[in-house]
Amino acid sequence: MKSKATDRLATAFFWGIGLLILFILVWFLWHILGAGVPHLSWDFIAGEPEEMIEGGGVGPQLFNSFYLLFLSLLFSIPFGIGAGVWLSEYAKKNWFTDLVRISTEMLASVPSIVFGLFGMLLFVTVFGFGFTILGGALTLSLLNLPVLVRVTEETLRAVPTSYREASAALGATKWQTIRKVLIPSALPGLVTGVTLVAGRALGESAILIFTAGVTVSRFAPDLNLFASGETLSVHLWYVRAEGLVPDAMQIAEGTAALLVLVVLALNLLIAIPSRLMQRKMTGKSS
Amino acid sequence: MTQATVQETTQATQEKLRVQHLNLFYGDNQALHDINLSVPAGSITAFIGPSGCGKSTLLRTLNRMNDLIPGVKIDGEVLVDNHNIYAPDTDIVHLRKHVGMVFQRPNPFPMSIYDNIAYGPRIHGIKKKRVLDEIVEKSLQQAALWNEVKDRLNKSAMGLSGGQQQRLCIARLLAVDPDVLLMDEPTSALDPISTLKVEELTQELKEKYTIIMVTHNMQQAARISDTTAFFLNGVMVEHGETDRLFTNPTDQRTEDYITGRFG
Repeated sequence: MKSKATDRLATAFFWGIGLLILFILVWFLWHILGAGVPHLSWDFIAGEPEEMIEGGGVGPQLFNSFYLLFLSLLFSIPFGIGAGVWLSEYAKKNWFTDLVRISTEMLASVPSIVFGLFGMLLFVTVFGFGFTILGGALTLSLLNLPVLVRVTEETLRAVPTSYREASAALGATKWQTIRKVLIPSALPGLVTGVTLVAGRALGESAILIFTAGVTVSRFAPDLNLFASGETLSVHLWYVRAEGLVPDAMQIAEGTAALLVLVVLALNLLIAIPSRLMQRKMTGKSS
Repeated sequence: MTQATVQETTQATQEKLRVQHLNLFYGDNQALHDINLSVPAGSITAFIGPSGCGKSTLLRTLNRMNDLIPGVKIDGEVLVDNHNIYAPDTDIVHLRKHVGMVFQRPNPFPMSIYDNIAYGPRIHGIKKKRVLDEIVEKSLQQAALWNEVKDRLNKSAMGLSGGQQQRLCIARLLAVDPDVLLMDEPTSALDPISTLKVEELTQELKEKYTIIMVTHNMQQAARISDTTAFFLNGVMVEHGETDRLFTNPTDQRTEDYITGRFG
């Protein structure tokens, strides 16, 4: 009788937690979107920012967010996935591999502002780039690299050994096995990892304040890698902390709502095809 | 044994595979002791023995699957068509194309049925759709699966039943056109009807292929194999014609095992 009562209590507890999380999320979205969406207009989303007067937009910042995201993924995906494949499939079990793995884990727990200062020292000062989109993207890649390495290694390890054996027994080389069996099988996990770092890159501000700066080109889209490029997140911080415009509050609210919507859209954009592909591979209808 | 089958067995005595003085170590632990074995072409050889006797380990030395396991050391020779596969000049990819393996648990890739079968031919360089189509159909027919799956070749292989998956794995293997099929307890994860189908399949396949099958099921060994080898603690105790080994074993340990005194 006692165990039955405890079980009922546990059921109620976990349901409660689930509902609480959902409630927090809904409340949060309601708050952000409720405050920000009314400010969203074409002029705001695509318009030029203002320094002194009301009515500035965030067009260049929106563009820079995606430009930086794209560049940082371009740099970090090949290295991150490559290192993950090496750790999972090629590395021997010895002190050197352990050293690499521990270093990666430590890098993953370094606060982003430390990366920011490192990026500023290296790209802004030593290389003499100044505040640039390139420097920002490279530093963002450093932040994302350890996460990608870990995710890749773990998803590849989760692929059953029987797939490796089956492929080897058919005369496949190691590389053929990795490319045609392991990576496709691990793809849903890899996509989750990329989504994770993409979300982080879109939301990151500390790193970019120090490396990509808080100013934007006078025209957008500006593809110049050596231009300074403020993103949405940085803009959000900037207008609230240092902005002189009278409508700073409205701009911040609108920017926050836009940022949330952009991250949401990006997640769906990546998750839906991945889900469809997974369904096709496993033949499950759920 | 009828006259015809006697003639057949004498004709089929051309040697396909020979194991000579094979010792295998996992680290310091010796798992196989001085194995000597000859397998004629076009026959089914069964490896029987209790769990941990080394029968699966021996099977996996025959296409060098043990290479994937760290810490394995092997000395002695395994000759396939008179070539020692442990010689330094051996091309492992080439070897595994000729000596294929079916595993204990069906292990289809998470791809469509078609892509599973076409996987082997594709990695060996066949790209033409028409040729691949032919190979897929022929292999599935050989594995007695074609009629069950021909209308859903583009569906995932993971949706098939366990027995169908195992026949799919056999078809996937046949698609690379091997000569020797190594089967590691291929029916131990299957229900009785699927087991029967796989057993019938081996009888058809032995016309063209040399089959070596590990089984823990003595009835299965007796039903389908031509010769049987009995293993105990990493030693091959006895190897001979299946009928003879099961009715009149020469070694006391073989007799104890097949009469169910241990194991």
